[in-house]
Parts: sequence; C-alpha cells; structure tokens
Amino acid sequence: MDNLNFDQHISRQFNSDLEALKAHLLQMGGVVEQQLADCVESLEQADSELAQRVLAAEIHSNNFEISIDEECTRILARRQPAASDLRMVLAVAKIVRDLERIGDESAKIAKMAISLSEQDSALRGYTEIRHISSHVCHMVRNSLTAFARYDAELALAVAREDKEVDKEYGTAMREMITFMMEDPRTISRVLNILWALRSLERIGDHARNIAEQVIYLVKGKDARHLSLPEMEKLVQE
Amino acid sequence: MDIMNAATMNIPAVNSATMNATTMNATTEYPEKTVGLPLVADPKMSMRNVNVFYGEKQATFNVELDIAKNEVLAMIGPSGCGKSTLLRCLNRMNDSIAGCRVDGEISLEKENIYGGMDVVPLRARVGMVFQKPNPFPKSIYDNVAYGPRIHGLAHRRVEFDEIVETSLRRAGLWEEAKDRLDQPGTGLSGGQQQRLCIARTIAVNPEVILMDEPCSALDPIATAKIEELIAELSENYTIAIVTHSMQQAARVSQRTAYFHLGRLIEVNDTERVFTNPQHKLTEAYITGRFG
Repeated sequence: MDNLNFDQHISRQFNSDLEALKAHLLQMGGVVEQQLADCVESLEQADSELAQRVLAAEIHSNNFEISIDEECTRILARRQPAASDLRMVLAVAKIVRDLERIGDESAKIAKMAISLSEQDSALRGYTEIRHISSHVCHMVRNSLTAFARYDAELALAVAREDKEVDKEYGTAMREMITFMMEDPRTISRVLNILWALRSLERIGDHARNIAEQVIYLVKGKDARHLSLPEMEKLVQE
Repeated sequence: MDIMNAATMNIPAVNSATMNATTMNATTEYPEKTVGLPLVADPKMSMRNVNVFYGEKQATFNVELDIAKNEVLAMIGPSGCGKSTLLRCLNRMNDSIAGCRVDGEISLEKENIYGGMDVVPLRARVGMVFQKPNPFPKSIYDNVAYGPRIHGLAHRRVEFDEIVETSLRRAGLWEEAKDRLDQPGTGLSGGQQQRLCIARTIAVNPEVILMDEPCSALDPIATAKIEELIAELSENYTIAIVTHSMQQAARVSQRTAYFHLGRLIEVNDTERVFTNPQHKLTEAYITGRFG
C-alpha cells in the first residue's frame, strides 16, 4: 500500500479540497453499492417493492456524479494540480463515471426484477445470478476499498476476479440457452434473467475499470487494456 | 563597457540569506545519482561533476546534466537550490562574482568553456535574458545593433538595418516598434522591454539562450507572448530556462530538471515530471507539499 500524502500540502485548503473529493466519491460508492445489493436481492426475492426503491435511488448517484464532476473541474481550474494530485483528480473523474454506470445497470436489473415478479413459474437461472452477483458485489466493494487505501495489490485482485466473472458469465449464457431450447415457453422469462446477468457482468467490468484507475493513481501508469500478466508486472514494478 | 558586463550589472548579488533559508528536512533522502534521464546523445551543452562554491559555501553538488540541441530545458526548484547559479555558469556569468569558484567540466559542443575559452565569444554563443528587463539607455535600434557592432558581425548601415529588423521580428516586437526605432528602449512597456532584450540577445546569433526567470516581472499577457516566443525560438536555438512558475515550466519545456539544495534530483520529460515524478522530493515540490 502506498502513502500518497494528500494531507501534506502547504495549502491546507488544498488538503481539505482533496479530502472532500475523496470522501464524496466514497459516499457515492456507498450509495451505489447499496443499489447493487438491493437490486440483486429484489431479483432473488422477486421483491418488486425493493426494486422500485432501487429505481428511486438512482437519482442520488446521478446527483453525486454531477457534483463530484463539478468538484474536479473546480480543483483543476483553481489549483492546477500536478503529479499524484493530478492523478487523483483524473482518477476520481473517471471512477465517478463507472460508479454512475453501475447505478444504471443496477436500475436495469431492478426493472428485470419487477417484470420477473409479475410472472410466476419455476425459479430457473437464479443459482447463476446468485453466484455471479456475489462475485460482482465483492469486486465493487474491493475496488472502492482499494481506492480508499491506495492499494494497487487489491485493485489487481479485482481485475483477477473479473476474469472469473467473465468465465462464469459464459457458462451461465450456455445454460440459459439450453433452458430456452428445452422449453420455449420460458423464453421471455429466461431472457429477463439473461439481461440481468448481462448487467451484472457489465458491473464487473466497471469495477475492473475502477481498479485500473486505482493502479493509475498509485503507480502513475496506465493499466487499461492490459492482459492480467502485464497488469501484475506493472503493479509489482 | 562591454555588453555583457553591462548586462551583468542587473544581476543581484548572490544572497546568502536565501541560500540558507531553505532548511533541510533531516528525513530527506537524496538519490545517489540523479533520477531520470539527465544525459542525452549529442548534447549542445553538457555539465559533468559541476561543483560551484561561493567562498566556503558550496552551491551545487556534482551536477551532471546535458542540454540537447533545440530543446527547451526548464530548471526548477526552491530558492537557494542552485538553479540560477548553474545557469549563470553556462556562459561564465559567475566569473565576475568575487569568491565564486566552479569545479568540474562544462562544455559547449564538446569544448570546455572553462578551459581557456575566451569569454567574449562564449557569451555571444551563449546569450542570456534576465529576470528584470534591462535595456540599455539607448534607442531601440541601438539596443539591438549594439551586440553585432561590438562583435563585428556587421559593418554597413544596411546590414545593421537587416539584423535589427530580423531580430525584432523574431522577438515578436517589430510591428510594435518599427515606427519608434529611434526612441529609447526604456520607454517601452515591461513585456516589450523583455522582448527587446530577447531581440538584443538573438541579434548576435547565439546558439544557446539562457533565461533566468524571464517572465517573473511581467503580466500574464506579456508572459504568454514570451512563452509563445520561447516555443518559436526553440526551432533555431537551444534554450535553458530557470523559472519559479511550475505551470510555465510545464508549458514551455520538453525536459524539466528539479534541483534541491544544490543537488540535481531528477531530470525527465516534462510530461513525466508533472504527471508521475520518480523522486519524492520532486513530487513534494511540484505538488506544493512540505518537502
């Protein structure tokens, strides 16, 4: 774990600007994590009320996105940050986007939950949902922890887990196709599950993007579009 | 009075108070060797193992640094870090400071400038622009024509006219000054005076231009004009600039050298230095942290 000393500027105002920026991003992360957990639960429990709450909560993450973006702009304009300060502001500006998209995907899952709750048939495909969602929730939490602690190793672990999720998503896809072939009456229902799985997989990608920004913040090197071994090498350098 | 001594008049005496003002943090660790890429292939100027002393006081420690052809090298660091001292060594401006001693080798195109080279042609090849604009108390025309005259670069009026016009054009001052060439240079605005000093420097066709905080006495618009000029000049000249404005270093230079208490800590591509510096002292300085 690297110590980036964001509290050691000669300007105390700058210290507090950066601390506030970080705190707001983590608050937004908390809101989005809750949205994700709730949408998964609403799906598993066929709880349309909870799903409605997830949809209503989207406005919070949207507002956070706007206000954190404004904070970044203000710091860039007033402080002209350099080096790790600059990387902090740039990383936050990008992480905000991924968090907001996680919120969007959670809302999509909540919509699937609502439409699935209106149908009544056997709960096929839920094991896969449970499996992938637990991975994805874990990744989102770890990516935010990695950001909070400037922990590039933990960020790397998120990228590793994303590979797992991609693999499981492929397997789940094949199973869903089998279900639909076995019983075409389930097609519309299984499609909803598929969309939800697709959204979870996308959320995993966003968590990985956040992890890449954490690596950029800590190591000063661009970790995007790298293979896992390349990323490992970069973190260990 | 020769041109360079006249220019030297405006150098403030080395202030020992600023040299001592920066207290060293006991936990600070200097790198054993300068971090990054201080040396380049085929340099215009190179410094090897340069130690400068003011009497007993050592101002720089074993500096090894190259300046590449046609690059703009920015030298940054807190007050008393030795950056201006080093800059002034590059055309032996320190010769006139009593008690100043320069050890090590500084060469221009592989020729040691402290090894018996005549200082007058050296200063024609390596010109200097100072913090405060210091035009001679002469007409704009004569300010620019002075150097070529004493160096014997021109003889006939028409030749001088051409040098004056070209130099003023290159310095971006021609349009503003062409109708008042006979008026005193001191009557120009601060930014125009600084550009006149740059015109005066380039009138003798130097290879290297040293700039010691050339914009610190100028307003933002005059500063922007000088910075624009630096970019244009770097097509024909090699430029080393000392600046306290880190944004300026970031804007104008290709490489940045960071000095700390007489040590050259890090040299790297400017982009690298301002996004991902390698040494903690560099990082602390450019981000405004306690170093």
